[in-house]
Amino acid sequence: MDKPNAIISVKKLVKKYDDFTAVQGISFDVYQNEIFGLLGPNGAGKTTTLEIIETLREKTSGEIVVDGYSVDKDASKIKRIIGVQLQAAGYYPNLNLVELMELFSGLYGVDIKPMEMLEKVNLQDKAKAKYKALSGGQKQRFSIATTLINSPKIIFLDEPTTGLDPQARRNLWDLIIDIRNNGTTVVLTTHYMDEAEQLCDRVAFVERGEIIALDTPDNLIDKLINSGFERKKEVKKANLEDVFINLTGKEWREDN
Amino acid sequence: MSKPYNNTKATLALAKASFRSIMRSPSAVVFTLAFPLVFILVFGFLGGGGVKVDLAIAPGSDLQNPIIKSLEDISMVHIIKDKDAVYIKTELEKGHIDAVIDVQKNPAVKPAYLADIKYTSASLDKGNILKSVIHNLMYTLNTKDVMPTVAQLNESTVQGRIYRTIDFILPGQLGFSLLSTGVFGTAFVFFSLRQTLVIKRFFATPVRKSSIVFGEGIARIGFALLGAVFIILLGHFCFHFTLINGAVTVLNMLLLAIIGLIVFMGFGFVVSGIAKSESTIPPIANIITLPQFLLSGTFFSIDAFPTWLQPISRALPLTYLNDAMRKVAFEGAGLWDVKHQILIMVIWGIGIYAVAVKVFKWE
Repeated sequence: MDKPNAIISVKKLVKKYDDFTAVQGISFDVYQNEIFGLLGPNGAGKTTTLEIIETLREKTSGEIVVDGYSVDKDASKIKRIIGVQLQAAGYYPNLNLVELMELFSGLYGVDIKPMEMLEKVNLQDKAKAKYKALSGGQKQRFSIATTLINSPKIIFLDEPTTGLDPQARRNLWDLIIDIRNNGTTVVLTTHYMDEAEQLCDRVAFVERGEIIALDTPDNLIDKLINSGFERKKEVKKANLEDVFINLTGKEWREDN
Repeated sequence: MSKPYNNTKATLALAKASFRSIMRSPSAVVFTLAFPLVFILVFGFLGGGGVKVDLAIAPGSDLQNPIIKSLEDISMVHIIKDKDAVYIKTELEKGHIDAVIDVQKNPAVKPAYLADIKYTSASLDKGNILKSVIHNLMYTLNTKDVMPTVAQLNESTVQGRIYRTIDFILPGQLGFSLLSTGVFGTAFVFFSLRQTLVIKRFFATPVRKSSIVFGEGIARIGFALLGAVFIILLGHFCFHFTLINGAVTVLNMLLLAIIGLIVFMGFGFVVSGIAKSESTIPPIANIITLPQFLLSGTFFSIDAFPTWLQPISRALPLTYLNDAMRKVAFEGAGLWDVKHQILIMVIWGIGIYAVAVKVFKWE
């Protein structure tokens, strides 16, 4: 990557609610075709920031441009080129996955083959199942499939792996990397630092509505080490999750 | 990707999804079909009977005489034979039998028979009906061979359409079915789509709010019309529900159904907006539907209500839908003939949607 090309540019974004300020003047760029992570504790303003970029929420002030479109003027154009996975979202009741895919293809105004979309996230066997009947991992994969319907330039994933078991988490990582390799920019939020380290090209740490650090995971770690930080415990070549995966197997589970 | 976004396609996709979902939702099917059908079945089988008077024949009574013969020919009189005196007496006291008759040959030659009839105070109104039937019968029998000295009475009845109970009940049930589907269905759907964040996910797509409302509306109207056609056809073929102009009448009824449903859906939007939780929807929706169920002439003609109640009945939109439906189905009125009823529904519609726009919540 020679000169990075910003596909999302956020400048001095502020979001105030009645009694508190959720986002206080944050600025950052997301480069084309990277996986960008917004990290931080609950209530730091990650989801608010994401939903403002997705045009689901009004901002108080600041400027956001997504692929050349301003969120103020071209919200509907932005919606057509992005895919959104919400942290909490429901799907139309009483419909199976194929029918939901048909619904979304109508909502996005595109023609897709529902089964092909489900195959992308390895849910073809669940085509006739209801969303409610899916396991946590399957639900997240389905949500991601709905974000891909309009062949978006950017997809937003809000805590995609929260609540998943290690196997489900890992195969979701593989899926996200695949999506990026197919040319889509990915913006995600997470609480898991190992996930950010594995997946993200660059991460921004958000705390109390402000960005307190933004760089590649490697650089951030190096900076910390250079400042003299040392882990209390010697790092081993594997961690407990590696043990878990090793013992229980890495293959896809029927229920994940 | 440069292709312009197609709102119609989005609306239809939503309508299709919503329709599928409604068809699989047990509560929608129960409210729209099963509930009205039960009432129609009950009244359909009850219907058309009119008044029946139970007349017992006393044991030992002569049976081969013109009086009993004539009584047997009157469809209104139900003759009970071969019961003993004790049984007849207790049933008379309970009012289950309205009168008992004892006919004996007259040993004194003229008149040929003596008819002894006993009524019961437990069933005075039916007794009175029987009384006039008997008097009429006696007069006819006694004057059979006599030339009238003053005037001869010639009676005839114009052959009219038979107005069955089903002709009253079915339009009322249809109206109520539309009311429940409109209010409950709409209120629950929008509340739960909002609550389960389905709508939020929709908003992340380019779909317009109007497409969501129209899509849902189309699905609900489609479903309700399907129910209406089913109810009308079942009533027509199984219980002889009168459809004066056949298919045209059905079409007119369906158009009325659409108008009514759109108005009732307005109530549904209001309910979904003011309900604080899922469990507060039924009580609020019932406040809207129950009074109309009882007061809008669903079961009884509102003319039968006390006068102080009638103005309330005449203020409710379902009253006018029921009224218009009956006029169209039984009297063969066209839509223009029920313009007064339609106008009042439209006024209700404007009022309720004005409220709905204020209280409806998307998030």
